[in-house]
Amino acid sequence: MSIKSLKARHNDLSKPEIQLEFLNNGIFRQGELPKFKDKIAATGKFPLKPKKLEILQINVGYMCNQVCSHCHVDAGPDRKEIMTKNTMQQCLEVIKNTGAHTLDLTGGAPEMNPHFRWFVEEASKAGIKDFIVRSNLTIILANKKYHDLPEFFKKYNVHVVSSLPFYKKEKTDRQRGEGVFDKSIKALQMLNKVGYAQEGSDLKLDLVYNPAGAFLPTNQEAMEKDFKKALKEDFNIDFNNLFAITNLPISRFLEYLIASENYEDYMYALVEAYNPAAVENVMCTNTISVSWDGWLYDCDFNQMLELKVDSKVKHISEYNEDLLNDRNIVISQHCYGCTAGAGSSCQGSVA
Amino acid sequence: MPNNYYDAADLRKFGEITEWSEELGKKFFDYYGKVFEEGALSAREKSLIALAVAHVVKCPYCIDAYTKDGLQRGITKEEMMEAVHAGAAIESGATLVHGVQMMNKYKKLSM
Ligand code: SF4
Ligand code: SF4
Repeated sequence: MSIKSLKARHNDLSKPEIQLEFLNNGIFRQGELPKFKDKIAATGKFPLKPKKLEILQINVGYMCNQVCSHCHVDAGPDRKEIMTKNTMQQCLEVIKNTGAHTLDLTGGAPEMNPHFRWFVEEASKAGIKDFIVRSNLTIILANKKYHDLPEFFKKYNVHVVSSLPFYKKEKTDRQRGEGVFDKSIKALQMLNKVGYAQEGSDLKLDLVYNPAGAFLPTNQEAMEKDFKKALKEDFNIDFNNLFAITNLPISRFLEYLIASENYEDYMYALVEAYNPAAVENVMCTNTISVSWDGWLYDCDFNQMLELKVDSKVKHISEYNEDLLNDRNIVISQHCYGCTAGAGSSCQGSVA
Repeated sequence: MPNNYYDAADLRKFGEITEWSEELGKKFFDYYGKVFEEGALSAREKSLIALAVAHVVKCPYCIDAYTKDGLQRGITKEEMMEAVHAGAAIESGATLVHGVQMMNKYKKLSM
């Protein structure tokens, strides 16, 4: 596992245009790997259009206490991009007026944004039905000032969605760093202790599984069963649902794929597993993603590739849901990751 | 054209065998697909059996395919290696048990 972000290493792949060039015209001979655009056009799905907006996803910064090898955000302790209070204010205005029922806070480690708690308090007043925070778990133990996060989450009835690559130490630590597994287990126990995923409690704790390597996730339900059994037996941990997410070939995962000479096979595997039924429900069809500096994207992945929404409205300060709903979704070859097999989104399988 | 007998990229073309004998190819893939569905044995168990057999029949394509399949299913490397040993034990046992035939023949031919 590398200890720095691509950006801090001045790696070419930290530049979105280089990633896109590789994705579009990489090592495949022209025409060898079908274009995603042509694939969806074949079933009349091009241009891809949004449905009703349901999820507002806000990325409050790329700073993170971890440097996971598959991170599509290229997050890490060396990333300084953090959403300002001013931009958060603009988001709050939108949250109050939007038709979206789900608010999804992500990062980096969103908890590391100095205004995080204030933002959660303010946003929770807006009457959003499902208030998600994507927590990497280890942040809860990273520093004393985060130890009370489980109580804080409980207070605002935050729906905690946490990544745990596997229910065994070795694989988890290989992907996310030495010691991450033990800390994650401890954090999960802390969340259980305040009531998360306990019978009779409505505090929701979901886990996210993504493969630790160049392969696709298998059946989400089967994986959930295995996770539930192992975590209960070994650590007495409960959680609600498991979301299986495919790693998209961008950022640090792309770096890994290229370095390990798996890129070609991985792309073929994605194309082979292409499932037209998943196109209907890819997350960009019901989500808007806001970056730390307030720009609007179709999804978190497009945000990392700096592919802004194809709309007159491009910034949270000029947010207009009707205009946005009228846009075409910006797609590229990385979108194969969302439509492989049972499909993949921030909420797991979609087909 | 690379001058070797096995090319990992050929595995992707496996489905193309149907092109030269559609009916039989299709029957094979239907059968194959059915075999690996959940049944009295779980798909996970069948994946481990397939991995063991892949080693016994020494098929590099199947070894690649079922190592990946195992990873996708969350099968651990310890489980995979034990499956390979199970295959290897049967394979060496099958060789050794023929030693009885050798012994029989030896005894028959000897005064
Ligand atoms: S915890 Fe999440 S945001 Fe942080 S480095 Fe890992 S994958 Fe990226
Ligand atoms: S990466 Fe996925 S969610 Fe984003 S635009 Fe492509 S298909 Fe949609």
